[in-house]
Amino acid sequence: MKKLHRRSFLKGGLAGGAAIAAVGTSKHAEAAGSFGGYPDSMGVLVDLTKCVGCRTCEAACNKEQGLPAPDKSFDDPSVFEEKREGGLPRRTTEKAYTVVQKYDVPGREHPLFRKVQCNHCNEPACLTSCFVNAYKKTPEGAVMYDPTVCVGCRTCMIACPFYIPAYSYSSAINPVVKKCIMCYDTRLKFGKPPACVEACPQEVMTFGKRKDLLKLAHQRISEKPEAYVDHVYGENEVGGTAWMYLSDVPFDKIGYDTHLGDQPIISYVKEFLAIVPMVLTIWPALFTGFHLLSNRKDALKNEDNKS
Amino acid sequence: MNSLKSQGFAPVVSHRKKDGSEWTVKEKLMLGLSPKEYMAVQLRNPFNWVLWAIYAVGLPILVGRFIFGLGWVTHSSYDYPWGLFLGWGLFVMVPLSASGFMMGTTVELFGRKDFKSIERLGLLNGLLGYLFAVMFLQVDLGQPWRLIYPMFVSLGPAAVLFLVAWHVATYLSCQVAELVPAFAEWMDFPKAKQFIKKIVLGLTVAGIILSTLHQGALGALFTYAPGKVHPLWYSSSFQWFQFFVSAVFAGLSMLIVVSTLTKWFMRWRCDETYLNNLSKLTLGLAKGASLALITYLVIKIIGIAHDNDWQYLASGWGAWFMFEMVVGVILPLIIYTMAVRNSNASLARFGAFLAVFGLALNRLNTALITFNWQLYQEIPHWREVVIVVTVYATYIVVYRAVLARMPILYTWKENK
Repeated sequence: MKKLHRRSFLKGGLAGGAAIAAVGTSKHAEAAGSFGGYPDSMGVLVDLTKCVGCRTCEAACNKEQGLPAPDKSFDDPSVFEEKREGGLPRRTTEKAYTVVQKYDVPGREHPLFRKVQCNHCNEPACLTSCFVNAYKKTPEGAVMYDPTVCVGCRTCMIACPFYIPAYSYSSAINPVVKKCIMCYDTRLKFGKPPACVEACPQEVMTFGKRKDLLKLAHQRISEKPEAYVDHVYGENEVGGTAWMYLSDVPFDKIGYDTHLGDQPIISYVKEFLAIVPMVLTIWPALFTGFHLLSNRKDALKNEDNKS
Repeated sequence: MNSLKSQGFAPVVSHRKKDGSEWTVKEKLMLGLSPKEYMAVQLRNPFNWVLWAIYAVGLPILVGRFIFGLGWVTHSSYDYPWGLFLGWGLFVMVPLSASGFMMGTTVELFGRKDFKSIERLGLLNGLLGYLFAVMFLQVDLGQPWRLIYPMFVSLGPAAVLFLVAWHVATYLSCQVAELVPAFAEWMDFPKAKQFIKKIVLGLTVAGIILSTLHQGALGALFTYAPGKVHPLWYSSSFQWFQFFVSAVFAGLSMLIVVSTLTKWFMRWRCDETYLNNLSKLTLGLAKGASLALITYLVIKIIGIAHDNDWQYLASGWGAWFMFEMVVGVILPLIIYTMAVRNSNASLARFGAFLAVFGLALNRLNTALITFNWQLYQEIPHWREVVIVVTVYATYIVVYRAVLARMPILYTWKENK
């Protein structure tokens, strides 16, 4: 066995420890605490009871965002019967940032239509899972994505509890995440509502400050308790979302996940994040300690030989 | 090569030939054979025929992935953004490569010099596993040329994947350094070997820290998807620990598997010390793996109890979970224990194959099979499978090439 000098041992240990410390220490400081959302952020209240499934919002979104022409025109109702894999209704894609789904609810006079797009969470899972910081929650409430830094790991798509982000797999050169940005750079930034909200002929959607919309939502429920289920979807789900929904049918019957809980997704990850600094600080001393213990006999022998 | 050796062929084990002249690098690369003999050996090996068949189909498809994009080789699923490339290439390969830090710890940190003859195989298994995990990642990333962005261009330090990226990168360099001695002996760079000897303890401790965290982080990645991973495979509190502990038995078991394969197929390259100690060391590894297995089993049960997931055990997914636990955890645990008690290395080897299978099943279950359990089942595109086979075949080719040359399975004879 090579005799290990105390000095060289210390040097080695310190070098390793320093390298790790340099890599790891400040890593998870940002994950601490929880964020309840910007105080004056904007949002949209969607009253599903009013939607007639005309898909004007889809057309407006397509135009505003400069998306490619759809396979079927926006006045073709047959898209409602399209099923994606697993018999599931249509979802957002790289060509459509918002889609309307149709639900035939037993006992309801008309089918229920549900508009799907990014919900712009207060504490977005996509944002907290991104290792290149490509996502940003603006004070106005939009969750923005920066395609110029995206590596394409698609963890945001794993993390999104609403299955919103899509990916342009077809591009070999520049595949990026595609999702609703609440028309931030063309409208929201200037205080204007998103294109879909403005285009809706039924006034299904109300644009305003999130805190005002919450009051409005509860007011509508209390004024007409027979017309709504007593739940504003998005008020508390995964820490609250900018887009919120009112419905006359229980949300779990129309494709909403009602088991998401009120905690933002990052709170499920924090138990791991908390152990990171512990391992970084405790392991070096602990394991060099183990080394000293397990080599104690050899070390004693060396001392004896010297004396 | 085994038959060549039985006919009297002596593989390269030092810088000098029998007649006293030095081997050139080219001769070392050709395993000490003449170019003609070398080609003949390659052509005769039926395993190479299989490899050529894989490359004939796989290489064009691999090239096609970079020309036509991911959409050409996968189902372009928005619901299943991660497929086999990561499911197999990252989540299965990385824990199976935990042998590197395990052997470093055993030999260098705990001073178990009796494991010395298998240490380098453990380190190499680690290094190559990580290297090819990165290869798989490069196939899967939408824009692989931006791989260094999380390091230097745009940092997202609060994300679990940020930790994985940094740690895998640092740990890869760590493992390269740990294998420098083998390379230095082979290439005759004694100074490089001396230098690594001085910092080996630092490297080993760094290896433990990095491994604890990134093996755990691979599990923690799934804590971002509480509703998507089936509750029996999900634990917000213990996911990282389950992934870490299972990597411990997986790394050790993979080392048993690989050493068994070398004993069978590369016997010509193994020296007496390696072969004579292998059974004893296999049992030593089995003992370590069984300790990790029982720890893993207990923490899995605690995970279920903590989240009160008992009712899921009665479902179809529950039966699948029980299959994984019985065949991939409990059975190897029993077999390892019996093997250690009866000093039966062959039995331990069988247990190792099962444990490796169990680990692979667990990772695929978490990442793919039970993922989106409330939606639908995604069956990977055939081109995706072909690419995985091709990249894995390359892993085997590189592995075999290094083993055939560098002093991993044999001890280098220094020139006097």
